[in-house]
Amino acid sequence: MKVLVAVKRVVDYNVKVRPKADGSDVDTANVKMSINPFCEIAVEEAVRLKEKGVVSEIVAVSLGSKQCQEQIRTALALGADRGILVETDDELQPLAVAKCLKAVVDKEEPQLVILGKQSIDGDNNQTGQMLAALSGMGQGTFASEVNVEEGAVKVTREIDGGLQTVELKLPAVVTTDLRLNEPRYASLPNIMKAKKKPLDTTTPDELGVDIAPRTKTLKVEPPAERQAGIKVADVAELVEKLKSEAKVI
Amino acid sequence: MSILVIAEHDNAELKGATLNTVAAAKAIGGDIDVLVAGSGCGAVGEAAAKVDGVTKVLVADNAAYEHQLAENVSKLVADLGKNYSHVLAPATTTGKNMLPRAAALLDVQPISDIVGVEGADTFKRPIYAGNVIATVQSSDAIKVISVRTTAFDAVAAEGGSAAVESVDAVEDAGVSKFVGEELAESDRPELTAAKVVISGGRGMQNGDNFELLYKVADKLGAAVGASRAAVDAGFVPNDMQVGQTGKIVAPDLYIAVGISGAIQHLAGMKDSKVIVAINKDEEAPIFSVADYGLVADLFDAVPELETKL
Repeated sequence: MKVLVAVKRVVDYNVKVRPKADGSDVDTANVKMSINPFCEIAVEEAVRLKEKGVVSEIVAVSLGSKQCQEQIRTALALGADRGILVETDDELQPLAVAKCLKAVVDKEEPQLVILGKQSIDGDNNQTGQMLAALSGMGQGTFASEVNVEEGAVKVTREIDGGLQTVELKLPAVVTTDLRLNEPRYASLPNIMKAKKKPLDTTTPDELGVDIAPRTKTLKVEPPAERQAGIKVADVAELVEKLKSEAKVI
Repeated sequence: MSILVIAEHDNAELKGATLNTVAAAKAIGGDIDVLVAGSGCGAVGEAAAKVDGVTKVLVADNAAYEHQLAENVSKLVADLGKNYSHVLAPATTTGKNMLPRAAALLDVQPISDIVGVEGADTFKRPIYAGNVIATVQSSDAIKVISVRTTAFDAVAAEGGSAAVESVDAVEDAGVSKFVGEELAESDRPELTAAKVVISGGRGMQNGDNFELLYKVADKLGAAVGASRAAVDAGFVPNDMQVGQTGKIVAPDLYIAVGISGAIQHLAGMKDSKVIVAINKDEEAPIFSVADYGLVADLFDAVPELETKL
């Protein structure tokens, strides 16, 4: 069966971003960009399913500027078979991404779509759920285990009190949580091979999707700074301070 | 304006997260209705009717909603949501699973994890692991919003007298079914609701050493959390994880033991009122957010702390 994996280009997770001085946006000039960590887990899961013989083809799709090709190439180096870039320089919000992905899903007809549970820039945690809604598919969000069976997929989900397992009819949408797997590194030969794999480009217009933003960011600012604390000498002083000064115990 | 709040519950009791979400609804202003979708959830509906500030409680009691499968509940929420200006749910795993699906059915761009209400269409929310706070304005007719519960003080669970109505609509998408669940058993308070949280990191060295934290927790009536490093090392189960990808907590007192303080962890706890760090590395980033820092070996300091409480 065919799997579609969505990957997002984001500011590398090691970079501490700051708002621009005028508060209009986050300063992302000359910042290292990477594939979103949850998307990496999604690619890894697709590749493992292929290695198990469950999956025959993996299509990696990304949306955004031309530079998103780098993240698609990373996915190809990790084991995806071909890539699709939905190219636009306009701002993309999760609803628009979900609609574009729905259009790609209609064309490609994958049996399984795997996404990360959230991107580490917008922290929205929405796209997978919205794609599932628009496509009428079942959703296995925050997956820590995925087992494909005849016509169905069993997904163990990380929920607040523990774990929950659901069974979804195929085709279905799965979003990955951190513990689903440990992504591999791309080897140099595979990075070279990935350069030759096919990568098609389309646009939201060609897909017939209106990507006009529904929300406007009025301002971005740093969070309130915490007051600098003090170091205490020993446990006795700590307990004393918590009792008499902070009054929290 | 009229607001629909989706109740967080387990069919037996109304969860505290609902009270914080009603508080956010109050900050927006307008009539507040609460939807309880579940199976055999009559008692939850009655509890919701007593919540301060609630006008009406809608109870959708059907086997299709028993495990709150997103496919079924989101359809119900989207159908009911058409009659409201705002649809709110707590940003719990249940809320995060269901709400974006309902929003897509309504053709609305949802707003996740709000920490502040600036107006009926304008909200504050953290992005980039809490390193940036964005103020966003929605142009959608219906605002679909998940609420970071730790950012809003809970309303009183008693004092209201809302009318209870039952909703007959049954939505069963038929594409998913519940197989089973494994819930972690604990006598201690729930992590996200506890007044005091004590968390351990990689410095704990193994799962057995968490016993040290449990002893302190029992004296303080605290919940026990963990950093991702401790979870990934297999010391404790992952539902104890505090951080960007785990639980967000904001207790009165947060004690971080053997936790270096990676930004992903800070994103989950830096709104705590008082933060205490116990770490033997005095350069650890956790000390830059701690109100009280103790540079010491946790294996000496934690048992001593227990005896002094």
